[in-house]
Amino acid sequence: MIELREVSRIFHVGGQEVRAMDRISLAIQPGEYLSIMGPSGSGKSTLLNTLGLLDTPDSGAYLLQGQDVTSLNDAQLAAVRSRTIGFIFQFFHLIPRLTAQQNIELPLLLAGVSRRERTLRSTPLIEAFGLSDRSNHRPDELSGGQRQRVAIARAVINKPAVLLADEPTGNLDRHSGADIIELLEGLNQGGLTLVVVTHDPEVGERARRQIRVVDGRIAADVRRA
Amino acid sequence: MRPLDAIGYGLASLGSNRIRTLLMLLAMSIGVAAVVLLTGIGNGARLYIVDQFSSLGTNLVIVIPGRAETASNTPATLVGETPRDLTLADARALARGDAVQRLTPINIGEMNIAWRGKERQVPLVGSTAPILEIHHLQMDRGAFLPEEDMEIARPVCVIGAKVHRELFGQQNALGELVRLGGFRCRVIGVLGSEGRSLGLDTEELVIVPVAFAQMLLNTEGLFRILIEAKDLGVIDRLKTHIKTTIAKRHYGEEDVTIITQDSVLATFDKILKVLTLTVAGIAGISLVVAGILIMNVMLMAVAQRTAEIGLSKALGAGQLQIMAMLVTEALLLSSIGGLIGLGLGFAGSWLAVQFYPALNATPPPWAIAAALGTALGTGFIFSLLPARRAARLDPIRALAGH
Repeated sequence: MIELREVSRIFHVGGQEVRAMDRISLAIQPGEYLSIMGPSGSGKSTLLNTLGLLDTPDSGAYLLQGQDVTSLNDAQLAAVRSRTIGFIFQFFHLIPRLTAQQNIELPLLLAGVSRRERTLRSTPLIEAFGLSDRSNHRPDELSGGQRQRVAIARAVINKPAVLLADEPTGNLDRHSGADIIELLEGLNQGGLTLVVVTHDPEVGERARRQIRVVDGRIAADVRRA
Repeated sequence: MRPLDAIGYGLASLGSNRIRTLLMLLAMSIGVAAVVLLTGIGNGARLYIVDQFSSLGTNLVIVIPGRAETASNTPATLVGETPRDLTLADARALARGDAVQRLTPINIGEMNIAWRGKERQVPLVGSTAPILEIHHLQMDRGAFLPEEDMEIARPVCVIGAKVHRELFGQQNALGELVRLGGFRCRVIGVLGSEGRSLGLDTEELVIVPVAFAQMLLNTEGLFRILIEAKDLGVIDRLKTHIKTTIAKRHYGEEDVTIITQDSVLATFDKILKVLTLTVAGIAGISLVVAGILIMNVMLMAVAQRTAEIGLSKALGAGQLQIMAMLVTEALLLSSIGGLIGLGLGFAGSWLAVQFYPALNATPPPWAIAAALGTALGTGFIFSLLPARRAARLDPIRALAGH
């Protein structure tokens, strides 16, 4: 469902050329559980951003669900993001003035879904994620783990095909981190494609397929039996 | 995003930074209030003056000696000399038109009036009986000038209430002889204290028959002739009558200026409209300043909300949608500010009316529309730049900006 063909991305930093992605080819099947690991500056974030259509490659082709997305314009990209991709960030990125429920419903709001429909879709998620008693609280009244749950609920409310997580446990204590990983794995078992970028080997090694990125190239692509 | 959701989202984001929002609302509302209030007062002044003129009767035509409008550069116009006086004979001839309802010649001057050692200087008006009707003068006691031929220099006078008070005090003035310049004349009436027409305070006036005034002032010429038309429809005919009569009598020259109340009204109307527009324009500048303030604050807001904007993009908002969200916020600000400003402006005009009841300081509808339009327009235009900047934010950097 995701296929990168010879994708490159070059940044110019202080007159120097940095190859964040150097002719990367990668295919991800529906329902896969994939982790991307690598040292800082290896290009793993660029890879994730490219997969999430936030960054456009300089060369190569990107086929998402059979559609070449490299030539889409801004509005089309936004529409594809809205329909097929869910994001989770290290720093949660919840909007402080909105309640947990409003944060979860934000993608629906942006997509122009009616209030009735939004509530209809967010309520079961809030219950499933154990946030029922926190749904009217603002982010600053939630714990780190709860915030990340809200962020995950927000990422999946549009029923995306793929969930992209950038250091989802990076800002959490061990216990909450393990909690969040379990939640994500549960979603993956439900059929959602899951891509996790992480520094943490303990998190990365849980994935069934592990990719190691070094200097903008895939150095290892290991499938766990 | 649905329009209602966009408004709700915008309001929530405005509400999340109250002080900033209040400051912008303040700037916007002061601008709108200034436009509304100043145009209201300007419009009130215009209506007041128009009303003053109409109270004189709009079918009044004034004939002034000399040509003001189409003067060519003859030596006479260069030295400002009137080629030929208007005389009583001219007035008599003019009175014979069938469009004429009433006519009165007028002469004015300054004169000393004295009675039993008391003396003061007064504005003197020489006229005839019809001026009472034409100028809506009121009598307090006694009689006005007698209805008789305008050539008769009967030595009688009608004095204003203040003149009466100062010369006679509580004593009866009717029938008394006063000295006016070098002549004696009998007081036959006292004017009422109300009324002030066109700058002349009737309380201080002394009115005498026009022929007597010519004698006192030692002149043949008239200051002007007031003619009241039978109705508005015959004013054009009346003007032709005046022109032909004067031309016939002045050897073919139309050396008079004819002023109709309509033309005076129209001129004042035009001047005051321009004045109102000018003050509205000045007030409009404050709206633009408010717009620039909105732009600055929005730019700050975009900088503060970089992460939120990046997030919205990641969650599926396109550039246009991001722009629409920020422009919606600015439009909300300017419309709320505009409505508050309208309220303030109307409150201000109401206050102005409390202090000056004669001034009907209602802001004209166009000013309300213009003020609100400018508020929305500046809000829109000045939010475009920040919104565009927001829309072009790189979502990756925006999200990493944490």
